[in-house]
Amino acid sequence: MYHAIVFLPLAGFLIAGLFGRIMGARASEIVTTSLLFVSAALSWVVFWQVAYQSGPVHVTIVNWMTSGGLAADWALKIDTLTAVMLVVVNTVSALVHLYSIGYMHEDPSRPRFFAYLSLFTFAMLMLVTADNLVQMFFGWEGVGLASYLLIGFWYEKPSANAAAMKAFVVNRVGDFGFLLGIFIVFVMTGSVAFDQIFPKAAEMAGKTFHFLGYDWNAMTIACLMLFMGAMGKSAQFLLHTWLPDAMEGPTPVSALIHAATMVTAGVFMVARLTPLFELAPTALVVMTVVGATTAFFAATVGLVQNDIKRVIAYSTCSQLGYMFVALGVGAFGAGVFHLFTHAFFKALLFLGAGSVIHACHHEQDMRNMGGLRKYIPYTMIAMLIGNLALTGFPYTAGYFSKDAIIESAFASHSPAATYAFLCVVIAALFTSFYSWRLFFMTFFGEPRWKHHDAHGHEDHASAAHGRDDHAHAGHGHGDHTPHESPMVMMIPLAVLSVGALVAGAVFAGSFIGDNYEQFWKGALFTAKDNHILHDIHHVPLWVKLSPMIMMILGFVIAWWFYVKNPALPKQLAADQPILYRFLLNKWYFDEIYDFLFVRPAKWIGSFLWKKGDGWLIDGFGPDGVSARVVDVARGAVRLQSGYLYHYAFAMLIGVAILVTWYLVGGAH
Amino acid sequence: MTAAAIFPALPLFLPELLLAGGALALLLIGAFAGPRSTAFVNGMTLLLLIVAGALVAMQPEGRTIAFNGAFVVDGFGRFMKVLALIGAAGALMLSFDDFRQRRLSAFEYPVLVLLSVTGMMVMISAGDLIALYIGLELQSLAIYVICAFDRDSTRSTEAGLKYFVLGALSSGMLLYGASLIYGFTGTVSFAGIAAAVTGAPHSGVIFGLAFLAAGLAFKMSAVPFHMWTPDVYEGAPTPVTAFLASAPKVAAVAITVRVLVGAFPGITGQWQQIIVFVSFASMALGAFAAIGQHNIKRLMAYSSIGHMGFALVGLAAGTEQGVYGVLLYMAIYVAMTLGVFACIVSMRRNGQPVEAISDLAGLSKQHPAMAYLFALLMFSLAGIPPLAGFFAKFYVFAAAIQAKLTLLAVFGILTSVVGAFYYLRIVKVMFFDEPKEALDPMPGAAKLVLALSSIVTVGYFVAPALLNVVAVAAAKTLF
Repeated sequence: MYHAIVFLPLAGFLIAGLFGRIMGARASEIVTTSLLFVSAALSWVVFWQVAYQSGPVHVTIVNWMTSGGLAADWALKIDTLTAVMLVVVNTVSALVHLYSIGYMHEDPSRPRFFAYLSLFTFAMLMLVTADNLVQMFFGWEGVGLASYLLIGFWYEKPSANAAAMKAFVVNRVGDFGFLLGIFIVFVMTGSVAFDQIFPKAAEMAGKTFHFLGYDWNAMTIACLMLFMGAMGKSAQFLLHTWLPDAMEGPTPVSALIHAATMVTAGVFMVARLTPLFELAPTALVVMTVVGATTAFFAATVGLVQNDIKRVIAYSTCSQLGYMFVALGVGAFGAGVFHLFTHAFFKALLFLGAGSVIHACHHEQDMRNMGGLRKYIPYTMIAMLIGNLALTGFPYTAGYFSKDAIIESAFASHSPAATYAFLCVVIAALFTSFYSWRLFFMTFFGEPRWKHHDAHGHEDHASAAHGRDDHAHAGHGHGDHTPHESPMVMMIPLAVLSVGALVAGAVFAGSFIGDNYEQFWKGALFTAKDNHILHDIHHVPLWVKLSPMIMMILGFVIAWWFYVKNPALPKQLAADQPILYRFLLNKWYFDEIYDFLFVRPAKWIGSFLWKKGDGWLIDGFGPDGVSARVVDVARGAVRLQSGYLYHYAFAMLIGVAILVTWYLVGGAH
Repeated sequence: MTAAAIFPALPLFLPELLLAGGALALLLIGAFAGPRSTAFVNGMTLLLLIVAGALVAMQPEGRTIAFNGAFVVDGFGRFMKVLALIGAAGALMLSFDDFRQRRLSAFEYPVLVLLSVTGMMVMISAGDLIALYIGLELQSLAIYVICAFDRDSTRSTEAGLKYFVLGALSSGMLLYGASLIYGFTGTVSFAGIAAAVTGAPHSGVIFGLAFLAAGLAFKMSAVPFHMWTPDVYEGAPTPVTAFLASAPKVAAVAITVRVLVGAFPGITGQWQQIIVFVSFASMALGAFAAIGQHNIKRLMAYSSIGHMGFALVGLAAGTEQGVYGVLLYMAIYVAMTLGVFACIVSMRRNGQPVEAISDLAGLSKQHPAMAYLFALLMFSLAGIPPLAGFFAKFYVFAAAIQAKLTLLAVFGILTSVVGAFYYLRIVKVMFFDEPKEALDPMPGAAKLVLALSSIVTVGYFVAPALLNVVAVAAAKTLF
């Protein structure tokens, strides 16, 4: 069963990837999707067994590599944490597969798309089932590859290619840290297997290592490096720039990879390595600060974006920040719980947005929507549920997990706790505002999509905005009336809606409540003096109420801005042009990075190319040598004049040289 | 000299006697029977060469001396003689069809080849300076004539004349050196010279050695006495060039080794310097000057200059292993050269010989078998493993390194890299350039020579012992 969960997606990938062209798009869709559904069903069974019945399972598949002291098995470590991730990954993946059958129905390279989706799922499963750091890194890179392939799925679009490359390169920065972290752990403990690292964690915590004239605390540095990897994958502040651009990919990809699963790999990794992180308080403080900053920063940017997918992308970024805040203050259960619930409602929001985009014939700019509630009511209901869950409406999924994070940020004794609390509370307000802004702009108000027929999009302000534009589609001409999506797309929305509504209420007790110990069975390590999940029940009432207040406040402002008085936003933007542009341009991060890294790198590259390689190496190396050879050859040929007396003279000179050689100094 | 001193030596001298007598007899037959006899004379010459080779091969093991030390039969000599005979026979076979097409067929050519080969045999077996000179002049005079064999072609006559004049000059130098050596040692026999020249010799002897070496280097076409080579190679009819590139080279290298190792073992350090210099210069010029060539015969001239430089690397070592390397090098060189010239002789378009490298363009499409074997030989000449040419270079460089001539070996390897350029260029022209009008098909004799040559080039790697065992034994007899 455990093998089946992991290898069915791989089988789907191989079948669709190798034979997709032969057996056709429909067969590829059916094969990959049904395999994923089997895998998802089995995941729930495993989740039930591991979390509520028998406990962790360890399955060794094969000895992967042994080199000196380095031994890495290919094994499945299935404890509650892994089981949670299996459920999340496989459920969302199966639903996204199903949804894609409808969403991608006009794309000619569907077999490739479904193969990539299955490949991604397999890599993600490798990541979450890893029993050692090397296998985890394998899965880590595998999902990075699949992400790259899927962002650049429409490779004829230059912007998609650029976004794919950006995602890959920015992730490399994080991966570099991750690798260094693995190296440090291996040097300090002599192993990469979790079962051997964790018992040695306490002993490692005291150690230092000498580098660049300083003695560094090994555990702190290792955890910071590992967290750097998590920052890249989970798009945290400073390494977040790739995530909004990744929306160039097809919307189901955004839902699966860039909302529900891959971007949470960083959170998962930290949760998996809690025995290490719990002993590195400095790293936890850094994590709290970075997470809180991300939550706040991404929420501010989300306020003014006009591309429907970008709003949700920044929202994802912000929610990932919440999860890191939870991990940073030691509320690991809350972090993973938010990961779990977030997967449902964020995937729901993305797929709902996909349904909207589909209805509007691949229009993504919310300024060109409006009034859609009459045309796509079911999608509207799905989005409404998603919004409620995201903003933390009582008894929806987000209510339990998000409020737990806000409360634990307040209850924490971490030095960064106050900062984190302020950030996440303000971010909650912004979250509510941009979520309802999205909702109102899309479904309420005057329809703005009738004003421009035949592709006359005047969104010059958003040249970078990805448009889910099937280059070949004949849409945009003729019929422009929005239409509800087909059943294959609505079923996933319905399933995810249920999840977004009830996942919190059902599982809260297990993840963060009274059944904590029985549920996790030690999968999440908490230090003896870490009682934060108890302390959150004893915070003041105003703290408990603050997320709710923020949510209502955000809703009211959004309603006032976009339903009651639609002229107000423009006026506000005109009154505060600097702030507006600052937010619209995402705090100018892309521009700063372009200036700091991209252009110098290009300059160095072109310098090394033209001067270093072209002039120095080629000039004095191959080209230079061959040019000299040709010169010498020309000279040698010229010696051969054809005149007899030249030849005779050369012979006499030769004898003279030999004789002189001996007379002058050779003969001894 | 009494009869007793002469006649016991006759069995030893039998191959030479057979060739000389055969040459005179065939000359008479040709003179009386006229042009009709050409085919017969050709066939008989080939037969004589083969029989002589068999006789040489059957001569007794070990070292035997005849004619008061003037004539030496030993393993080294027999190895080189067989090589020279093979080279001559191969080149002669290439001439049959070519001369018929050029309307040059005449009974004098095989007779001259026979005389030249007789000279080589004497030269290889020479035990004193007199025998050396007699053999050398006999082979040279015959070659001067056959270079100008195409009497109506100015290029051919020019080649013959140039070679003759420069050859006379080199002979003069050689004789001058020989007389100096005789003057300072009082003997012409190599054994006597070896006994007289030890320790710190008189500078007159060194002087003589320098002149003698210059004369021998001219025959090997080693730099700086190589100037005749490109012009003569280009001007002479192609089968003659094939002959020039094989048999006389073997004889010249053989006598050089015998003189230096046999007559001057006491001053190895002295002559080593000459050989190192000549070797350096030959390898460099052979590599660089060939790059500028458009005529394939000129290119092969420079190629042979370079190969002589490589062979001399082994001699420069001055050790038994070095001589072993030289023997192997010459054997493999003769095999490769005959194969290459079999291809060059076959370069004809509508019956007219063509010689430009560009005429080979697209050969792989017209005559794929020929193109592949030609390319194989080019790779071997460039020294690319596992072909025989690689091992030839390997053994001489190994000997040089053991003799602490590392610099020479490294330089040799570098020049072989440069040399690889022009060999590979021919391959490129054959396989990747736009085809020209098709060349005529290869004649049968050329096919046979090319096939044998290719078998040696590829097969050496499979069974190196066949050649190595003989070469080891041959090298041993000199020390």
